[in-house]
Amino acid sequence: MRDQRPASVDPALWRGLTQSRTTRRSILQRAAALAALGVASGCGVSGSSAGSSSSGRDWSAWWAKQPKTDQLVWANWPYYIDTNKSGSKHPSIDRFTAKTGIHVTYDEVIQDYAGFYGKISLELKAGQGTGYDMIMMGPNYYEFTELIRNGWVIPLDHSRLPNFAKYASPSLKNPVYDRGNKYGIVWQSGFTGIGYNPKLTGRELTSISDLWDPKFSGHIGMFNDPVDVGCFGLLKNGVNPATATHADWSKAAATLQEQRPHVRQYYGQPYITALQQGDLWITQAYSPDIFQSNLKGYKDLKFFYPPEGAMFWHDCMMIPAHSKNPVSALEWMNFAYDPSAAAEITDWVGAVCSVPAAKPVIANHLDDAAVANSPLVFPTSSDLKSARDYPIFANYDDFSRWNSTFSPIIQS
Amino acid sequence: MAESGVIEPAPPASHLTTGRRLQRASTPYLLSLPSWVYLIVFFVVPLLSVLALAVATGNPEIGYSYTGHVSQFWTAVDTYHVQLVRSFWYGIASTVIALAIAYPVAYWIAFYGGRHKSTYLFLVLLPFFVSFIIRTLAWEFILSDQGLVLGHLKDWGLLSQNFHVLSTSWAVIWGLTYNSLPFYVLPLYVAIERIDRRVVRAANDLYADTPRAFMRVIFPLSAPGVFAGFLLVFVTNVGDYVNQQVLGGTGTYMIGSVIQDSFFTNQDYPMASALSAVLMLILVVAIFLYARTFGADSIQEYSA
Repeated sequence: MRDQRPASVDPALWRGLTQSRTTRRSILQRAAALAALGVASGCGVSGSSAGSSSSGRDWSAWWAKQPKTDQLVWANWPYYIDTNKSGSKHPSIDRFTAKTGIHVTYDEVIQDYAGFYGKISLELKAGQGTGYDMIMMGPNYYEFTELIRNGWVIPLDHSRLPNFAKYASPSLKNPVYDRGNKYGIVWQSGFTGIGYNPKLTGRELTSISDLWDPKFSGHIGMFNDPVDVGCFGLLKNGVNPATATHADWSKAAATLQEQRPHVRQYYGQPYITALQQGDLWITQAYSPDIFQSNLKGYKDLKFFYPPEGAMFWHDCMMIPAHSKNPVSALEWMNFAYDPSAAAEITDWVGAVCSVPAAKPVIANHLDDAAVANSPLVFPTSSDLKSARDYPIFANYDDFSRWNSTFSPIIQS
Repeated sequence: MAESGVIEPAPPASHLTTGRRLQRASTPYLLSLPSWVYLIVFFVVPLLSVLALAVATGNPEIGYSYTGHVSQFWTAVDTYHVQLVRSFWYGIASTVIALAIAYPVAYWIAFYGGRHKSTYLFLVLLPFFVSFIIRTLAWEFILSDQGLVLGHLKDWGLLSQNFHVLSTSWAVIWGLTYNSLPFYVLPLYVAIERIDRRVVRAANDLYADTPRAFMRVIFPLSAPGVFAGFLLVFVTNVGDYVNQQVLGGTGTYMIGSVIQDSFFTNQDYPMASALSAVLMLILVVAIFLYARTFGADSIQEYSA
């Protein structure tokens, strides 16, 4: 992690400003989506499944017809790829261009998935292209399932992804959210576990029950996303979130209600600032945030995978319908799973690396033991044992039921 | 004020042809046409679509059809009445505090600002050239448990280690107050600045001491500013959803955030629309009652 973000911008602040659900930018983006919906609703609101087109198509024939192009338009989050000091260049993208001749238009446009989905869904519903050849989406968001259910993403041609077959971590293959990795492969991953400051808690923590400890009352943080909150309620009750029943959901909601009086706040991304400032002693946390905090000088902060389970999240690369350069997108996906490219990107981003073979490259060639030996970047097999998948909602009603079970805890 | 509100009748135009007369009579309407088009396209149409969507049923996958599901409004109020009431309480509290802070400021600038009045006004506005979200985040930093203020007070033993301001109702109310201050200072300044100083002197000549002169003369004459600022600040603050998310904690959720969640997280457009409509209706009724009690008539009277 020698090549850090621009020194003048505190990454946590930057993330807080650009990525959380509460930022002004995302608010403006949402306002735009709202305005668009307002116009659309003038003549009724049609369902998203109406535009469905992917089922029953011969996709191998479709792929065979796709020409090679020299362009790739990619929508990603800010600060989610290796960047040089001035912030203008992405060395891995430059190497990709030199190798393949494909020019990449890299657009750091995603501030939050709900807002981004709101924007592209209007275009996809109208049967138009989004302008992107590759987008990101997190499987733990219902929008991921919606993209697939609506036929708005193109099934991948795995014959052109040999590096994925060869180098991808086994934990990323054939996942429950997308059997056979049909529609997307993982860009980076991370864990939702527990972050804490041992100086303030006064002891080492080991269990998810510590989030329910009244001794930390007023200094316990939880996320404001119903899915993240609900999953921790289920884990506390010893239930696997991915296979939980509706009855389990209700019980988890009751467990979370018991915790609520001790919770300081249900946070978006700014939780990390609150933890760094000492407002929070213990909180739900994303592993890359704690990793970055440690590097930035908040060395007291610790992260652990609770033995009851930690939620394993991903950001997947997908090809939206009507992409003009789908072959280039596959080309990039394959490139990203090359161990040297993965090493270069991971060394900068610091999230969980999709390519275990990148570890020796980072240790030896990039000479960065702090990253290579971090369990937050290359989790051990016992860490991966506590990894739990997010629930995948069968349909909107299921998703809606989850929200009405867990939202009242957050929206108190 | 009263004079400016009346449009002088056009002078008799018997010498004009019918066509010219018609043209002449329609001119004010033609001039106001752009405003009407604007109002219809950007207010009436969206408002009607929100109302229509509120009574629709369905989900984002099968689509929403307009089924006249009117009980949606009742469900919305029933489910979220706590957040609705809380939003109004926060709105009133922050507006009253903003008035208490803004009035002396505006008064001082208007009466004692001298030739530097615009400089002082500029100073009031200066922090507001910084982005709204950054200013709110700055308060999060200032008020943090181990931060600039509380950290020192705790070190000196004046506060218990567990004490915190952030994540409480008061932090949210303060955030709302702070962010709305210039919107209260400006209308107050305009109103106070207009007060004829001779009237105040006359009150003093008639043996009114300073507090009495203020209560009987200055404050009533500044009522239009108090009224305008109240509307501006109160309406904005009731619907705010940023301060709560940055400075609030559990039990501080406001209706704006609920609407946001319904729309984006749950994709429950009818609920979001119904809540927006209910919020708007309550605001309109509240403003109407407020105007009837303190507003229009008395203002006309004072400024006449």
